[in-house]
Amino acid sequence: MTRDEITTGLAEILEEVAGVTPDDVAEGKSFTDDLDVDSLSMVEVVVAAEEKFGVKIPDNEVQNLKTVGDAVSYIEAQS
Amino acid sequence: MTHPDVVVTGLGATTPLGGDVASTWDAMLNGQSGVSALTPDWAEQLPVRIAAQLAVDPAELLDRVKLRRLDRSEAIAIIAAKQAWADAGLADSGLDPERLGVSVGSGIGGALTLLNQDDILEASGPRRVSPHTIPMLMPNGPAAWVGLELQARAGVHSVASACATGAEAITLGMDMIRAGRADVVVAGGTEAVIHQLPIAGFSSMRAMSTRNDEPERASRPWDKARDGFVLGEGAGVLVLERADHAAARGAHVYARLAGAGITSDGYDIVQPHPEGTGAIRAITKAIADADIDRGDIVHVNAHATSTPVGDLAEIKALHQAVGDHPVLTSTKSMSGHLLGAAGALESIATILAIRDGVVPPTINLDDPDDGLDLDVAANKARHLEIPAALNNSFGFGGHNVALVFTRA
Repeated sequence: MTRDEITTGLAEILEEVAGVTPDDVAEGKSFTDDLDVDSLSMVEVVVAAEEKFGVKIPDNEVQNLKTVGDAVSYIEAQS
Repeated sequence: MTHPDVVVTGLGATTPLGGDVASTWDAMLNGQSGVSALTPDWAEQLPVRIAAQLAVDPAELLDRVKLRRLDRSEAIAIIAAKQAWADAGLADSGLDPERLGVSVGSGIGGALTLLNQDDILEASGPRRVSPHTIPMLMPNGPAAWVGLELQARAGVHSVASACATGAEAITLGMDMIRAGRADVVVAGGTEAVIHQLPIAGFSSMRAMSTRNDEPERASRPWDKARDGFVLGEGAGVLVLERADHAAARGAHVYARLAGAGITSDGYDIVQPHPEGTGAIRAITKAIADADIDRGDIVHVNAHATSTPVGDLAEIKALHQAVGDHPVLTSTKSMSGHLLGAAGALESIATILAIRDGVVPPTINLDDPDDGLDLDVAANKARHLEIPAALNNSFGFGGHNVALVFTRA
């Protein structure tokens, strides 16, 4: 799966869970500062991403996933 | 003790009869029933397969993402509160948020969330349980959400007294203003528990009507053929305001919340006291608190839920506490029983009865019970000058709340 495909998949999750416009989702965007995803919604995003990409994202990793790019890299490495 | 006058300056509701106050009131005056058949698969196995479901689904009014984190009881509380807020004209009034309070309760709370998330837990494991579960099911959730939406900072309260909740929440709101803790309080009740478990529970108590083949005729307070209440869902919210505060900003005033009486039976967890002493004391206190004569109460919006025992017990209490003269109605004949929202919706009906000089009908009262010896506006709305009116609410647990509204 390419980084673009993972970004698109995350954009779908972010739209479903937090109402983020898919066009706003890019690797450089911060989940909290740019996309307005709060901590509870982030939990939903993580669980949905685990399911969609078949990966495990432990809670102690989630705090390191500041940007969409961080998440893409983590998922890319795990899958 | 002298205290400031409290008036009602805004109303909001979403009910089985309409998505707002105007449509709900219209339906009431026309004697429409909000009761219909329950169509989900789970209803098939239940002894009760009817309910008074919301006329307008919250999904039509709130966005999808927001609804993901709201229990249905919270969503409709927000909808009703925003309507009341807009109606009161407080949006850009410069009201200090530290003088704005909230008192919104629910009889049962976020049961739909609890049950739905338990299904997810059982089917998919704990990691799939929504992180929004706790704020969705906590009983203070509706009040907290309303407070958040309106930025209320004088205190957010969530009363729970079963079917007396809405009326007790309004009483607490009045007390907050009288005690000087707030200038404006958004107060009311909300309930959304149309689901197989609450229905099965009430059914097991033999409290609900099983007139499944005639939903619209199932809620029939004081009729000989009544066989229990019909569960309804909805929310009702009032904006209560210190009278001089309302006057200073030139607000439209619907009515005065002149007095309230709260008592507890200390008798049985679900049965009311057989002599209705708790109800009699609540009504008597409310009339005294309003500082009027009981003869001034010309209309009563009764609690009457369409149960065989409760409906007549209230009649006896009214005889003693008010007299033989008032014109009664039970709007539950149309709305069903909104549990924790009942006292709020019925307060709205009482206030609009005063405003319009008309008592909404009690529908399905075809064959009045022998014990009904007070005047009821049966099957047709009745025009009547109403300077003062009473609204009764009683709840499991022995809660009795009576509210007196008077013409502004």
